[in-house]
Amino acid sequence: MEIPHTVKPRPDTGLYNSKIGIWLFLASEVMLFGALFSTYILLRVGAPEGTWPKPGTMLNIPIGTINTCVLIMSSVTVVLAWASLKLNQFKRFKLFQAGTILLALTFLVIKSFEYNDKFTHYEVIKKDGTVINGHLVSQDSKHVVLEGAILPVKGEHKLGDHPNQQPAHQHDHEHDHEGGGDKAGQNAQGGESTHGETGQQAHGSESGHAESGGGHHQEFEIARSEIKDMDNYGPWFNTYLAIYFTLTGLHALHVFGGAVVIGYLWGPGSKMWHTEPERFTNRIEISGLFWHFVDLVWIFLFPVLYLL
Amino acid sequence: MAKRSNDTHAPVEHEHEHEHHAEPGFWQKYVFSTDHKVIGLQYGITALCFLLLGFILVALMRWQLAYPGQPIPLLGDLLGNVLGDRAISNGTLTAEGYNMFGAMHGTIMVFLAIVPLAFAAFGNYVVPLQIGAPDMAFPRINMASYQFFVLGGVVMLTSFVVPGGSAQAGWTSYSPLATTIPTSGQTFWLIGMVLLITSSLLGAVNFIATIIQLRAPGMTWMRLPFFVWAQFVTAFLLLLAFPPLEAAGVLQLMDQVAGTSFFLPTGLATSGAEEISGGGSPLLWQHLFWFLAHPEVYVLILPAMGIVAEIIANNTRKPLWGYKSLVYSVLMIGFLSFIVWAHHMYLTGMGTKISTFFQTTTIIISIPSVIILTCMFVSLWGGRIRFNTPMLFVLAFLPMFGIGGLTGLPLGFSYSDIHLHDTYYVIAHFHYIVAPGTIFALFAGIYYWFPKVTGRMMNEFWGKLHFWLSLIFMNIVFQPMFAQGMAGMHRRMYDGAATYAGAASPGDGAVVGLPDVFIDMNIGISQAAWALGIAQIPFIINFFYSIRKGAPVTSDNPWDATTLEWQTPTPPPHGNFVKPMKIHRGPYEYSLPGGEEDFLPQNQTAKTV
Ligand code: HEM
Ligand SMILES: [Cu+2]
Repeated sequence: MEIPHTVKPRPDTGLYNSKIGIWLFLASEVMLFGALFSTYILLRVGAPEGTWPKPGTMLNIPIGTINTCVLIMSSVTVVLAWASLKLNQFKRFKLFQAGTILLALTFLVIKSFEYNDKFTHYEVIKKDGTVINGHLVSQDSKHVVLEGAILPVKGEHKLGDHPNQQPAHQHDHEHDHEGGGDKAGQNAQGGESTHGETGQQAHGSESGHAESGGGHHQEFEIARSEIKDMDNYGPWFNTYLAIYFTLTGLHALHVFGGAVVIGYLWGPGSKMWHTEPERFTNRIEISGLFWHFVDLVWIFLFPVLYLL
Repeated sequence: MAKRSNDTHAPVEHEHEHEHHAEPGFWQKYVFSTDHKVIGLQYGITALCFLLLGFILVALMRWQLAYPGQPIPLLGDLLGNVLGDRAISNGTLTAEGYNMFGAMHGTIMVFLAIVPLAFAAFGNYVVPLQIGAPDMAFPRINMASYQFFVLGGVVMLTSFVVPGGSAQAGWTSYSPLATTIPTSGQTFWLIGMVLLITSSLLGAVNFIATIIQLRAPGMTWMRLPFFVWAQFVTAFLLLLAFPPLEAAGVLQLMDQVAGTSFFLPTGLATSGAEEISGGGSPLLWQHLFWFLAHPEVYVLILPAMGIVAEIIANNTRKPLWGYKSLVYSVLMIGFLSFIVWAHHMYLTGMGTKISTFFQTTTIIISIPSVIILTCMFVSLWGGRIRFNTPMLFVLAFLPMFGIGGLTGLPLGFSYSDIHLHDTYYVIAHFHYIVAPGTIFALFAGIYYWFPKVTGRMMNEFWGKLHFWLSLIFMNIVFQPMFAQGMAGMHRRMYDGAATYAGAASPGDGAVVGLPDVFIDMNIGISQAAWALGIAQIPFIINFFYSIRKGAPVTSDNPWDATTLEWQTPTPPPHGNFVKPMKIHRGPYEYSLPGGEEDFLPQNQTAKTV
């Protein structure tokens, strides 16, 4: 016996099998990203005041906006591609779907430039206590050259530990006691560690030093022997970057996966159009649904990570 | 077994039923098969092996608990050679080894044994048959699901021999503990979990799509056998509860390999030289974990309830009492199980308001559970019960599950949980549900559906022996744990509670002391646990013997059952049914007055009087 409803919808549900399949899969994806967004909220709410980077200081908003537009456009082309198939216009389908794939690749390329920008951004603490924050210009075994600015510093410091946080911490300390809840303990510790040297401070980034926007930038040549500690803006740098890389990385994987599937159905997989057009159209619809979901995730990611 | 079941069994009626395609080769037929029955059997066999492995791990741990510090007899040195000094030195289980075995016992039992057996194996084999479908909706995804499962299992097993040994932070892998233990085993655990989660997501999508789309004509929702309902709700639990754990797994993996601090608080002193950025939340892990793991405990029990319902109806020769209440209750449970998770976290200091909310939901969820149990008990009333092996296991399931459920109530209130949390009482609570509960139901299912799969019956005498020994030893193992737990014995003590020794009687003034009676119970429990292992030998022998030499069935429907899986040839061929099914009635039409026989299969048109 053949498996029923693989192509034609079942009358009482109005759906063919794989359409139910993709909706269920997307439901689970919603839970996956939902959990990660909840994580974001919890970490942000729990972060000591002043440690969470202000909007625009970590990421470049214009670039993010461009990338958002790129994905929205790809959502349009993916619908037009499917509609073309419904209208029996295979050539137009090929055209639009090629657009989708190109836009997906554009998104990934822009994203990788953004990533690269973070990985080449360093914070250096010199032995004399100066903190220099900026882009890596060059480095060799003796020297590191950064283009950036000196951060105002007093006393003993660790990476990402910026002096103007101190008052904010104490404030937060009290605040947590009324709030009860899970982060009370750890924030209390965070607050205290600012005063002692043993505790590792939550990495935070203050406005004005991160992106090209603010202030006077100059080049610093720092001898390796003067460096006490040096770290780049990877996920390990602070909580914000950790969740940023995790969320966008997982999203980029989805974009990549979607592009591979859509690419396959555009290239070798499109032969099916000539033998089983309805089934093929269904496949395009399914991949399109997935693609919309991937876009939708980004529509949430963009404001959360770039604007708020 | 899959192999033999297809070609060497005694011919029943439809032996010459051939597949319309060319006969596939061995690999295609048994390894890379897309047939839901073969996949079900693959899952079943693999899961039974993991069940045995999980048991062996705990049997070794029980030695350490009963006779702390003494070398494990016979196996000690051998295991020491395989696992290294870290886990077993001089034939004795080390503290680290104990933690490895403990963490992996839980992980293997939950994620690699019970769920794959209850959901994937029974569900795959039986659900499409019961709804009159030729296969699952997505056969190739089904195959991929099994392959991910195997891969996940292999990764988990490999972790035993990596440097540092396997995961050691319990099946719950609480961070920061899990992240700070210096072993790459935890990384393996996380990768293994991501694979297993992928596998069960694929399975869940498949089950739901199949049940919605592939029901045969006339198989309306209220005509579905209860087993199908149970699997349907289970699939939703897996679909929606597992992704947050996947997210949590990814985050912990980032902590592990990318140096992030999602779960690592500021100021945490780690053993590694690497400094952490801090700012993470240990509680976040617990929330994400239990958001999965509470629904997961219902994943463990719902399919078992489904099996029990089928066997009760069949062997009481009566319709299930309160079929609709059962269905609505199971839906209620499915929904509520998403909002009770933090009852595992009363002691974390998450706040009394939150506790109150979760206490309320926890007590509410016990209502549908009680309804289900009540319906099943009442179903027995006035039945002409056939006391065959599957039915015995089912009859034992009911009170055993009852004990497990009722002992959950004191845990559901935060004021009593303060005393009981993390003691042996909790261990006893959930083992009563999973071991003499779920596992008994799974045994019942194996005895019950065995003739459909192989065309032969399992031996009744050995089956009954297996049942009585299991029932007795299960209770000797788990009953004393309630007492130990109430006395205050911690559930993760490596030294068999020797730390506690020294208080002669309750209240003699010792600060951490426990009276010797509670400590000595460890010996009895361990011996009963080993005896329980030995009691499975009749089953294993019976199982393999019956595949070849069991009494051949005389019809396709040896239990005179009403549901559709018995309307197929034995064993069912690829594509399942000889003619398309059309369904005319509900699932449990037994003992109808005026009929020639005392049952009417769902696809039969015969009029009732
Ligand atoms: C029916 C009412 C039930 C209630 C009120 C209940 C309540 C609880 C509570 C409050 C805990 C946490 C105890 C603690 O750690 O202090 C717990 C633990 C547990 N329960 Fe239940 N439970 C019920 C049914 C079930 C069922 C049906 C299962 C299914 C197998 C189950 C499996 C577990 C497991 C595995 C744990 C221990 C998890 C761990 O800490 O490792 N429970 N139960
Ligand atoms: Cu629970």
